[in-house]
Amino acid sequence: MSVSLAIEAKGLVKRFDGFTAVDGVDLAVPEGAIYGVLGPNGAGKTTTLRMLLGIIDPDAGNRRVLGAERPHDMALQIGYLPEERGLYPTMKAFEAIAFLGALRGLPLAEGRRRARQLLEDNGLGYAADRQIRQLSKGMAQQVQLLGTLVHEPRLVVFDEPFSGLDALNQGRLERVIRGLAEQGTTVIFSTHVIAHAERLCDEVAIIAGGKVPFAGPVDVARDRIRPQVRLETRALDGQWRGALPPDAHREGAFWHFSLPQSGIEPLLRALIEGEAGILSLSIERAGLHDAFVAIAGEAAARALEEDPSEERGR
Amino acid sequence: MKAGRLTTLSAALVMARRDFTAILLSRSFVFFLLAPFFPVVIFLIAGSIGQRTQAETARVELGVVMSAADARAMAAARDRLAAQIDPGVPAVSILRTPAPGENADILAELRRSSAAAIVSGSPAEPILTGPPDRIAQWRGPVALIAATALQKAPNRYPEVTTVPTGASNADNRQDRASTAQTAQTMLFLLTMILAGMVLSNLVEEKGNKIIEVLAAAIPMDAVFLGKLFAMLAVSFVAIAVWIAVGLLALAGGGGLPEVVPPAVGWPAFLILGAVYFATAYLLLGSVFLAIGSMAATVRDVQTLSFPVTMLQLIVFLFSTYAATQTGRPAALAAMVIPFTSPFAMLARGATDGALWPHLAAIAWQALWVAVCVRTGATLFRRRVMKSGGGGRPRRRGLLRRLLRNTRA
Repeated sequence: MSVSLAIEAKGLVKRFDGFTAVDGVDLAVPEGAIYGVLGPNGAGKTTTLRMLLGIIDPDAGNRRVLGAERPHDMALQIGYLPEERGLYPTMKAFEAIAFLGALRGLPLAEGRRRARQLLEDNGLGYAADRQIRQLSKGMAQQVQLLGTLVHEPRLVVFDEPFSGLDALNQGRLERVIRGLAEQGTTVIFSTHVIAHAERLCDEVAIIAGGKVPFAGPVDVARDRIRPQVRLETRALDGQWRGALPPDAHREGAFWHFSLPQSGIEPLLRALIEGEAGILSLSIERAGLHDAFVAIAGEAAARALEEDPSEERGR
Repeated sequence: MKAGRLTTLSAALVMARRDFTAILLSRSFVFFLLAPFFPVVIFLIAGSIGQRTQAETARVELGVVMSAADARAMAAARDRLAAQIDPGVPAVSILRTPAPGENADILAELRRSSAAAIVSGSPAEPILTGPPDRIAQWRGPVALIAATALQKAPNRYPEVTTVPTGASNADNRQDRASTAQTAQTMLFLLTMILAGMVLSNLVEEKGNKIIEVLAAAIPMDAVFLGKLFAMLAVSFVAIAVWIAVGLLALAGGGGLPEVVPPAVGWPAFLILGAVYFATAYLLLGSVFLAIGSMAATVRDVQTLSFPVTMLQLIVFLFSTYAATQTGRPAALAAMVIPFTSPFAMLARGATDGALWPHLAAIAWQALWVAVCVRTGATLFRRRVMKSGGGGRPRRRGLLRRLLRNTRA
C-alpha cells in the first residue's frame, strides 16, 4: 500500500563557506504523521527544516512539500515555529496572531476573530489586548504557537519546540501536537531530546554530522538493537551455561545478553534441562536512546545530551 | 483551505500594513513630524554654500542704460566707490548705450536683463527704474555713483527720479533660488530620515527574529517592497500633517506671505516635489534595505550606513552646487545621475518654467527606481537569512563577509 507523503526529500545538500551543514539528507514524512528530526546540536536539523520550508535553497537534491516542488507554493497550508521565536514587541497579542495568519492568507478580520477565540480557549483571553513586550516569555511563546496554527495548516513544522519551555508547558505542547495529528495534520519537529521523540513520534530521522543514518518508524529504529535479556538463576554453574550466547556477562546476580537470533525458546529448553533453576527472566526491547547510540554512535549520543544553549543558527 | 501562497503584491500589502501602523504609532514618527524644523540648523551649517548659491544664481546688479560716455563714467565711479565702501554700492552692468536721440525702452530692458533695477538718463539727471524695494535701497547709492561720475569728490548729489515697477527678474530669481534651496534641503532631510527609519525597522526585525517567520511564509521581495512602500505612505501622512499645520498657521497669521512662485507655478511645483521625493526616497531606501539585508549585526548596519550617508551628503551638496551652474556640465550631470536627479530637477522646477524636462527626468528616475528596487530586492532575498543565523559563526572582517555575501 503506498503511503501519501507530506514531505519527500532526496539528497539534500547545503554548504556554508565550505562547511557542509547537510550532506545528502533523504526524508519521507507520511501525511498525518508526527515525525521527529532527532540529532545533537549542530547536526543540521534547522538547516534541513529551513530547506524543507524554502527559507533557504539546497545546493543539491530536491524536495516536495505537500506535493509541490517549491515549498513556498504551499505556504498557505504550512505553519512554522522557528527555534528562535520572534514577535513584534509593540503588537498586541491578538494582532500578532492575526498578523501571522495574514502572512498565510487568512483574512485579517477572520484572523482577529480566531485569535481572540484561541487565546480564550488557551486561558490567555485576559492578555489578548496586551502588547507582546508586556507578556512573560512563556506567554509570548504560546502566542507565537497559536499564530503558527491560526490558519489551520495541513503541515506544521516546529524547530526545537520544547526548548525554553517549563515542564508544564512541555506537556501542554505535547498535547497540542497529538491533537494536531488526531485532526490529520502532519507534524514535523526537530529535537535533541530523545524522550520527546520517543513519546510523540510515529517516525524519526536520526541526523548526525549532516547525514541521516536512519529514517523510519520508531519501532524499526528500536529493532535495530536486539532485545536485551536479563536472567537470574539459582544455580551458579552447570552444563546450561554452554547454551548462553557469547555476549552473556554477569552483573551481580544477573546474566545480561542480547536475545539470540534463534529466539528465547531453545535457550529456555536448555536452562530447564540443565536445571539452572530460573528465578527470573525478562526480555526488554531497546529504547530509542539505545537505538540512537547504535545508529549514530556514542559521540553523537553524548553531543545529544549537551547543553542546547550552545546551538545557534542551525 | 486555500492552497498556494500569497502573491508578492498581497504579501507586500500585509507587510506594509503592519509597518505603516507600527510606525505611525511609534515615537520615531513624532520625531519625523518635527523634521521640518531641522532645515534651519542645516541652513546655518551649510551657510557658505547657500550664500554662494544665491550669489551665483541671482547676482544683484544695477543696469545702466545711458550714452556710452555716461555709462563708462557711471561704471568707473562705481568702481572707485566700491574700492572705498564696498559692499555699500551695487555692482553695475552696462546694458545698452543708446545713440543720441534714441529712446530706450527701459521696462523692456528690465524684463529682458538680469538687472534688479536700471539707471538711465544721465549722471546729472539719473532715472532709477525698478521695484519699489530696490528703489528704496538703491536711491542713495545711485545718487552717490552719479555724483561721483560727475566730479571726483562729490559735494552735491543729483536728484534721482524714480520709476517704480513690479518685481524684477533678478529679484524673482533670487526668491526662486531660495525656494529651490529650501526644497532641496527638505528633500534631502526627508529622504535621509526615511531611509534611516526603514533601515532601523529592518534591524528591529532581524533582532526580533521575525525575519525567519516572514521568510518561511511570504516571498522576501514582498518583505522588501512592503517595508519600502509602508515608509513612503508614512511620509505622505506626515506631509499631509505638515500641510494642514501650515495652513492652520497661515489662517491664524493672516494669509500667505508674499513669496515669488516657483517658475513652474505652485501646483506643478508641489506635484513635482511629491514625485521627486518619492523617487529620491525609493532610490535611497532600496540601497539602505539592501545594506541592511547584508549586515549581520546592528554594528554592521551602522558601519555600512555611515559611508552611504556620507555619499548622500555629497549627493546633496553636489545637487546644491549644480543648481548654481545653469547650463553648465555640472548641472546636466546632476540631472542625469540617478541619485542627484530628483534634487537637481526639483531645483530646476523652482527656477525654470519648462515642464517637458521634468517628464523626461521622471521617466529616467522611474527606470532607475525599478532597477534599484529590483536589485535591492534580489540582494535582500538572497542575503537576509544568511546574514542572521545561517552558517557557522566565523570571526571574519565585515568587508570580507560582505564580499562573500555579494559574490554568492
